[in-house]
Amino acid sequence: MPVLIIHQRFRAFTTQLGEIFQLLVESLRSLRQQRPSWKDFLHQLHFVGVKSQSVVITTGAATGMVLCAQTFLQFHKVKMDTATGAVVSIGMSSELGPVLAALMLTGRVGAAMTAELGTMKVTEQIDALRTLAAHPVDTLVVPRFLALLASAPLLTAESVVVGIISSWLVGVHLLGIDSAYYLVNMTRYTDPPDVLTGLIKSVVFGAIIAVVSCYKGLTCQGGAEGVGRATTEAVVAASISILITNFFLTLFLSRLFYS
Amino acid sequence: MIEVRDVTKSFGTQQVLRGVSLDIHRGEAVVIIGRSGGGKSILLKHLIGLLQPDSGTIRVDGEDITTMNERSLLRVRRKYGMLFQMAALFDSLTVEENVGFVLRRQGVESDAEIRRRVAEALEMVELPGIGHKMPSELSGGMRKRVGLARAIVYRPEIVLYDEPTTGLDPIAADNIDRLIRRVWETLHVTSIAVTHDMKSARTISNRILMLHEGRIYSEGPSAEILESTDPVIHRFVNGISTPRNLNE
Ligand SMILES: Nc1ncnc2c1ncn2[C@@H]1O[C@H](COP(=O)(O)OP(=O)(O)OP(=O)(O)O)[C@@H](O)[C@H]1O
Ligand SMILES: [Mg+2]
Repeated sequence: MPVLIIHQRFRAFTTQLGEIFQLLVESLRSLRQQRPSWKDFLHQLHFVGVKSQSVVITTGAATGMVLCAQTFLQFHKVKMDTATGAVVSIGMSSELGPVLAALMLTGRVGAAMTAELGTMKVTEQIDALRTLAAHPVDTLVVPRFLALLASAPLLTAESVVVGIISSWLVGVHLLGIDSAYYLVNMTRYTDPPDVLTGLIKSVVFGAIIAVVSCYKGLTCQGGAEGVGRATTEAVVAASISILITNFFLTLFLSRLFYS
Repeated sequence: MIEVRDVTKSFGTQQVLRGVSLDIHRGEAVVIIGRSGGGKSILLKHLIGLLQPDSGTIRVDGEDITTMNERSLLRVRRKYGMLFQMAALFDSLTVEENVGFVLRRQGVESDAEIRRRVAEALEMVELPGIGHKMPSELSGGMRKRVGLARAIVYRPEIVLYDEPTTGLDPIAADNIDRLIRRVWETLHVTSIAVTHDMKSARTISNRILMLHEGRIYSEGPSAEILESTDPVIHRFVNGISTPRNLNE
């Protein structure tokens, strides 16, 4: 019996994965075939991009500061104080920046998207849209997808920059690292590929958030409780996908850039 | 115009439609009656391709819509307007934007023209001047009338009404009935309505279909069905519960 249950779960999981992938393909096809509505896109861009800044800036600053302090405390023991800046900047731009920004976006933006589309689904608004000869992917998914694709790298960059500045503040003014050495080491060891890795990752994460949250919303069933469940599932699924994808992207991109 | 053959549909173990066959011709006004929970709303959703049957075929102007994908269905749905049982207005848009949704998407007309046609449609459902309101600020009956305006503003060939008058006061209901009849007569649409209101059925149909136990139990000219002596129809039309139901 347990084998059967595992088998069923696995089947359900792979089916969903397939459907999510289909939604991605459908969105890309829709993008190629027709111009998305500017108004909807700008509306989403405002919600996703402009309004997420405070969350992302706070995350970046907190991470940069704590990373700086912790790295300094360890490096101080081996008298490598001035390498702190390099560790923070590489860590922030290629790993922590994109991943943490994406996780925050999942919570703030992804959850809202699932809840919104889910409510539209259970109140028959999606059906109404379809009767008015509008494809839900064209009208709902594509603007959100584009907004995330555009905002995610910008927000990540913002988060990374803020993180590095706050780490400099902590390192130099609180922990007493020499500012010049801090900056020189930082720029010497941080290469363009590190920054590029972070930006590429953030675009992929943005796509994951958009497609997973929209999928969960569009397939939502069963009233208010269903919307709640779909939202939770969307946040969990998107977060885990981001963490797993991050690992493989790190491997893949480092091969690409450093071989 | 619409040709339904042996359509079945189940949800889990519950079989809702058990082989529905019906024909609807161009320019007809048909009413579908039947018990609550009998599958009338489900049937309407099949006619416009929102749901796909488990088996059977549905042809619209000769095209089988049961094998189409969502994109081809959009083209077929341009012929349709639909009023949902719960109105299903877009709650993030104003009434004006709801009603003008299709006109704006078609993008052919000027803004002034869209505003004019929306105002005209709202006038028809007796809700002039509420264009700026949000759906959440309206009463249930008002929402329904806005839904009706949204379904007919772009002059579809076929209009599906799911309980157009439930939840309205008798006078508003009568007005909606007249409106539906006027839309049918003057715009030459094919009108398909679901209703529990026999007075309204008489006004807005020339033919009645009764859905009973997942099949079309009976059909015929409105007057004939409403006067029928068949026990099942007679009890339904006159609202007489069976003795067994009384004892329950
Ligand atoms: N999405 C769904 N999932 C499962 N069952 C459903 C679903 N939609 C409808 N049903 C079931 O199908 C049956 C028919 O529903 P339908 O809404 O068509 O009834 P109806 O004839 O329109 O009733 P009413 O006159 O009360 O509106 C009901 O018993 C309902 O439980
Ligand atoms: Mg119904």
